[in-house]
Parts: sequence; C-alpha cells; structure tokens
Amino acid sequence: MDRQQDTQGPDARPVLEGPDIARVLTRIAHEIVERAKGADDVVLLGIPTRGVFLARRLAVKLEEITERAIPVGSLDITMYRDDLRMHPPRALARTEIPGDGIDGRLVVLVDDVLFSGRTIRAALDALNDIGRPRAVQLAVLVDRGHRELPIRADYVGKNLPTSLRETVKVLLAEEDGRDTVLLGAKQTAQ
Amino acid sequence: MQRHLISAADLSRDDAVLILDTAEEMARVADRPIKKLPTLRGRTVVNLFFEDSTRTRISFEAAEKRLSADVINFSAKGSSVSKGESLKDTAQTLEAMGVDAVVIRHGASGAPYRLANSGWIDAAVINAGDGTHQHPTQALLDAFTMRRRLVGRDAGLGRDLAGRRITLVGDVLHSRVARSNVDLLHTLGAEVTLVAPPTLVPVGVGSWPCEISYDLDSVLPKSDAVMMLRVQRERMNAAFFPTEREYSRRYGLDADRMARMPGDAIVMHPGPMVRGMEITAEVADSERCTAVEQVANGVSIRMAVLYLLLGGNEPAVTHTRTEEK
Amino acid sequence: MSKTLIRGAQVLGGEPQDVLIEDGTVAQVGTGLSAEGAEVVEAAGKVLLPGLVDLHTHLREPGREDSETVLTGTRAAASGGYTAVFAMANTFPVADTAGVVEQVYRLGQEHGYCDVQPVGAVTVGLEGRKLAELGAMHESAAGVTVFSDDGKCVDDAVIMRRALEYVKAFGGVVAQHAQEPRLTEGAQMNEGVVSAELGLGGWPAVAEESVIARDVLLAEHVGSRVHICHLSTAGSVEIVRWAKSRGIDVTAEVTPHHLLLTDELVRTYDPVYKVNPPLRTERDVRALREALADGTIDIVATDHAPHPHEDKDCEWAAAAMGMVGLETALSVVQETMVDTGLLTWAQVAERMSFKPAEIGRASGHGRPVSAGEPANLTLVDTAYRGPVDPAGFASRSRNTPYRGRALPGRVTHTWLRGKATLVDGKLT
Repeated sequence: MDRQQDTQGPDARPVLEGPDIARVLTRIAHEIVERAKGADDVVLLGIPTRGVFLARRLAVKLEEITERAIPVGSLDITMYRDDLRMHPPRALARTEIPGDGIDGRLVVLVDDVLFSGRTIRAALDALNDIGRPRAVQLAVLVDRGHRELPIRADYVGKNLPTSLRETVKVLLAEEDGRDTVLLGAKQTAQ
Repeated sequence: MQRHLISAADLSRDDAVLILDTAEEMARVADRPIKKLPTLRGRTVVNLFFEDSTRTRISFEAAEKRLSADVINFSAKGSSVSKGESLKDTAQTLEAMGVDAVVIRHGASGAPYRLANSGWIDAAVINAGDGTHQHPTQALLDAFTMRRRLVGRDAGLGRDLAGRRITLVGDVLHSRVARSNVDLLHTLGAEVTLVAPPTLVPVGVGSWPCEISYDLDSVLPKSDAVMMLRVQRERMNAAFFPTEREYSRRYGLDADRMARMPGDAIVMHPGPMVRGMEITAEVADSERCTAVEQVANGVSIRMAVLYLLLGGNEPAVTHTRTEEK
Repeated sequence: MSKTLIRGAQVLGGEPQDVLIEDGTVAQVGTGLSAEGAEVVEAAGKVLLPGLVDLHTHLREPGREDSETVLTGTRAAASGGYTAVFAMANTFPVADTAGVVEQVYRLGQEHGYCDVQPVGAVTVGLEGRKLAELGAMHESAAGVTVFSDDGKCVDDAVIMRRALEYVKAFGGVVAQHAQEPRLTEGAQMNEGVVSAELGLGGWPAVAEESVIARDVLLAEHVGSRVHICHLSTAGSVEIVRWAKSRGIDVTAEVTPHHLLLTDELVRTYDPVYKVNPPLRTERDVRALREALADGTIDIVATDHAPHPHEDKDCEWAAAAMGMVGLETALSVVQETMVDTGLLTWAQVAERMSFKPAEIGRASGHGRPVSAGEPANLTLVDTAYRGPVDPAGFASRSRNTPYRGRALPGRVTHTWLRGKATLVDGKLT
C-alpha cells in the first residue's frame, strides 16, 4: 500500500485479472501450508485496507485445505509510520487481533503491494507492542521491487519489475467492486 | 480541524465524528499488554494548569504518555505565576523551550483563545477548561460515552447522535461543561434540553441551540441521557437557590426520578460529584451511571485529539480522509 | 503681536469664510479679509469648529504617569482638536482636596497645549462614604465645578442626595458614573447573548439604568442638576428622555466608542475592547445615536482612559478597563453622526464644544466663532479618510480599539487662545 496515493494515468493496464488473483492466492495458501507444516499455529494479519481482504480470502483457502478454522485479523500500522510528519494525520483503521492472541504463533502478515518495505517495518514494530509471535512471515500479492529496507516477502503472488515512474494499483471486489491489478504511469501533481 | 482546539463550537460534524472514531481505535490500545504508541515521539507537550484539576491533568498526561510525547507539567501554584508573572511571559518561556503543544487550564474565560491568537507562541493550544467558557475535550468524551452507550461501540463508528435526547441538569450559568456540550451535541444532531433553576441559566441563553426547562420531572421521561452538572455549595450563599435541601428536592437526581427515565437511558456526571446534593449515592453507583466510564473515555478522546492535532505535519482536515479508501 | 488668517474655512460647516486671529482673540470673520502681516492658513474645503471641550478625560497624573501625564494627555487633546479637558479625579492620590486639583490645573497651564479643568471627587478617596471638601475645591485656583467619583458609582442614595444639594451653593454639578455595584460584581462585559456564549461575567443594562432613574428623581426632589456620564444603553436613553420631559435638570454624555462598537467585538477576547461601561448591542448603539441627534443626550465625551500595554496584553479578566479616545473622537463622531446624516457640523460644535463647556462652566471655551471671542479653534480636514495608526498618537498609551480601522476626518490645526498647538497635524 506504500505510495498508493499516487494517482494513476488513464492508460493503466491490467497485469493481473480476477482469475489470476484467485489462482495466486490458492498457490500462496498451499505454500503456507507446506512451509508451516500444516499451518497449525498460523495467524493471518492483514494490513488495512486491501491486505485485510486478501488475508480473509487466504484464510478461506487455508480452511479449505486444512479443514480447520484459521484465525485472521487486521493490523493498522498508521501510528507506527515513519512518515507521519510528512502528511496530515490519517484516519486510523481497525486493529483486530484474534482472540487467542499472537504469542507463540506463526504470524503471516498480508499486504497487497510490497514496495519500499517501510509499511512492513512499521508492522513489525506494531506487532512488537502486541505480543511475541514464534515467527513472522510476509505474504504479498505483488512485489514491485525498489526496497529501501532489508525486507523480503516469504510468499509473492507476482513479481512485477517496475520503474519509479510507474504505479501499481490493486483493486479488490470488497472495496473497489472488481478484482484487478493495474500498472500505469504516475500522474504528475495536479 | 483547526490548528488549536479552543471551543467545541469550532468543530464541524465531520471533525467531531473523526475524533470519536479515532478515539474508538485509541481505546483499543488500553486493552493491549503494551499501552503505548510511538506516534508523538520527540514531541513536547506542556500541561499548563493555572487552576487545580488533578483529574483533567492526569487524563491529559496519560494520553500524552501513551502517545510517547515528552510531557512537562506546569502548575501555577508555587511558581512564578503566583508571583505575578503574566500568562504571556509564561507562554513565551515555554515557547523558548521548544514546546509543540500547550494544554491549558485557566480560570479566566478566553485565556486559551488569547494564547492561541495573540501571536505570543507558535505551539498548538488545547483548551483543558477556561473559566465558565469551554471545556471541549470534556464534551467530546461525553459524546463518545453517549455514542457507545446509545448507538453502540462498533455500530457507532462514522455516526453522530442524530435524534438522541440529551438533558443537562444543574448550574448552567457557571458551567463550561454545559456550554461545550450544547455546542457539540447540537453539531452531532442531538436534541439538547437544559434544566436548571432560572437563577442558574445565563441571560442570553435564548440564542443557544437547545430547549430550556425549569421542571426536571417533565423532561426525564423524554431523555436518552441525563447529565448532572456539579453545583457548588457556595452558590447558595450568593442567593442562586435558597437551601441545599430545596435544590435537591427540585433538581437532584434520586432513584425515584431515575425510574421515570426510559429503561435504557443513562446518567452522566463530569465529576467530581457532590453526592447527596445533585445526585444520590444510589444513582451514582447504579449500572446506569457512566461517571467511571467517562474517566476512561477521557484518555481515549485526549489521545485522539493529540494525534489529530500533532500527529502529522499539519492538523487533520476532513478532506484528507480519502487516500486509504 | 501675532496674527493668523484662516482663509476659506467652512465655519461650523457653513459657507467659506476667512477668520482673522489677533492677540489670542477672533478679530474678524468675513470674506476677502486682508492677510497683511498675518500667517496664512489655507483652509479651503476644511471645516472650522470651536475648540472641542471634553467633559470626561483621565490624565492619570498624579500616580499613573506610566500610562499618561498631564503633558502627554494634553498633547493628545490638542491633536484631537480639544482646547479644554476635564480631568477625572481617580488619580493617586485621589483629587479630593484643593491641593491635588490645583496641581493638576497648574500643570495644564504650564504645558500650554490645552486647558485642564480638574474634576473633584464627590467622596473622600472615591470610597462613597464621606463627602470630600467640595467647596474648598471650588474655591481653589482650579475653580472646580464638576464633581465625580468616576470609575466608581456614588452608590449610597443619601450621599448622592447630599452631594446634589451641596453643590447648588456654588453652581456645581455632580457627574454620576451609573453602575449599581452589587449587580456588577465580577462583571466583564454586557450581559446578553454574547456574554452567555463567552462565559464572561454579565454586566446588565439595569445596573446602569436603575442608578440613573434614582438620580434623576433625586435631582428633581432636591432641585439640583445632575450629569450622567457615558450613557450606554437604550434604556438609559429612555429614562433621560422621560426626565427631561418632566423638566428635570439632567444632562447626559455618550462616548464615541459607544456610538460605534458593539459587544460582538468581545468574541476576540482582546482586552482592547474591555471598557466601563461595557460595549453594548447594535440596538443600544442605534438608540444612542438617535438620542445624540435629538438632543436627549447633550454631549459627546471621550472617557479617554489610557492604560499601559501590559495591562491590555493579557487575558480578558486580568485586563484593565478603558480606551484612549481624545485623538479619534471627532473622527468617530463624523463616521457615526455626520456622514450618516444624523448631525450637521454646527450640531457637532454644539455637542462637542458649546454644551460641554456650559455644563462644566468652562469660561472662555465653547464660544461662537465670532469677533471678540477667545480664539479657541479647531480646523478639520473632513474629506480625509485613513486607517488609525496608534504609533502616531501623542498619548503615552496605545489602547485604542480602532487600530487599523479606516475613519474619516483629520484635525489639522488647533488654536488655544490664538496660539497654534497643532499645525498641519503636527504638535507645536
């Protein structure tokens, strides 16, 4: 979700469509089960806004695979951002930690786009104030590169090499009415 | 929102709802093992209290510390202020120390307004109660408490108090809580009624966006929330009412009167309560009385206000809410 | 001896005429007067008025020389077109003895900018309990005829009655500051819509009106005259109108600021608008203007009340009450009364010179602009309009509510007994 506020030009083109998104989420779910050896202690935490919807979709798929209830929640990182002083204060989103907490669990953070890595840095700080997971992993729908911190994703839907002049916009049915990932040119300031 | 919070009347409906929604998220921090957020790290907030008010100061201090601000407490007692230093000099001293925000409680109506608008300092000013004028964070925490109880914790998000019937009872004339609440509750769409003996209602109240009644019993059955204002005993000596007994009989809230309220209506009190006079112990300790909740909610509201005024490079304004939607 | 020819001035706003001043006296008024040997002041388009007389000024000396002195206050008066001011008694020490009033009177004479007529206190120390030596003050060199506890009200009905009776012996007058003290305990501003909202202690109109009602009845009962200071409410106007219709010997004054400003300004919490009596409502302002126009209110008096910066640069409740007014009074009167068509310049002369001099028995002041009269004169550029700049004030204090406000009219010249105290807007 980093820098998603950059406006996209009208010529943005889809790089993932609805069926692609469903397919990569299924693949990520299988990877999680495989790497977490059955996903017994997995807790999915989506990063608002779209990471939360992705986390819920992943949970459904994991439940289909494991036939167990998978705890899923949300983690708002606004108050932990390192660029707070560069913008007016943002409205806060909901942090919802599943009832059994995260202590000793495998937390999988879920976000739509991995870019600079600063959001994930903030998410790690936020987790620190909430509990002590056994391990933390990261799942993202799109990794567009240009990391500014030593952070990498454990599960990636699609690696998408981009230039800094481009924008990546994830649209999800729950929020935007349709599923698609758009790649476009950054619109210069109005 | 403006850069300062001086009066509840300055808040738009959307500003007020944003504060209440933000406070709802802040309240969740209190349930966590580590009740602290890094948001205001490196920011300095001074609590400048020219009047004693342990409750309000502690509430602000807790909010500031939960947001990791550096906190300086300044109480006028025993300081240079009691030796005749002016508000201006005190403010400029604090400014020289690099203060980002001043939370001010002052006995003179308008002192926070002067501090914010006189060019004495650059810091953001938050009014923690001035004379008989305003106490905006109290009104916000009251509205927050009402929204939680009357609309619902989650159901209330994004919503105001439209159509709720709120009754304020007691010394309206000398009450900054009453003024702030009338302004804010009106903005949030509530229907407000003030109940008091005519001596304790200000001349000019006719222009306020509320009803006035001298008869508590007739208003109670039509109230979703009844807020009892503190009545100081010394008002009796200035002939505002004849005796404590007569005041209690006409305007005090006891169990009989509480029974006349609708079943789910709540009783509120900004504290400190004068038990026996404006409220009986039985009512104060009942399930329907939110006095203790109001205290807890005060910290969440003050965290929200501090975050929205100081959390960014400029205060939050409603039109910046679009970006993550 | 010195001669000055004022050429082409509209005397009291009438047709252009020349006025020749010789030896401190108006020698000739006419057209085409010879300018030989005279200093000529071209006054085409300007209005010539008799020197203004202020029945209500605070000069602060002795005791508060940090806010004003007789010298700075009389220079401010000359700047504003005044040739005589009545200096209120609430100094430190209080002007309640012959000694204090003589000192103030002499300082005015020595400086030579404006005649100073001391007002004597009605009661010792303005405490409202014991009559001051009114007769001694009258018989002193200062020749006091106006007595007032201004700043405080002569609240005790018996003391007021006695004072009204006592001054009859020498034609004095008691100027009452009408403010019922109990009703105004802790009062900070006009009681009404704005005070209710701002949470500032209310100053009810009735606190003024009840005292005026009592005092006009007392004046009638004892057959004395009474002067009411700074009327500020529509109700006070009604009472004075009624009293005059009954033949009671009452006169009344209004300040320039009560003719222009309302309590809405207090919303800024800027103490520059804090004044006693307080700024009232739009309705009161309208009533005061009408009353000044129809003669119910006799005169304009400034209530010039200088205060040092620190007494105004603070929170409202801690601030001192009062505004400076000598240097803006005529401009405010032009704005509110002349430019609105309520008064002619001749009527302004009546209300700011003739009548105040008559009430205060200021001999030599408030005289017609005609041959043989003392040359106390004020020349006004009525076409001017510009913002008020307190930095240019002659007063030691700057507590004006008009900072930056554009007002019409500028006094360019003032003559005190033929001697110019102000020339082209500059003090001599």
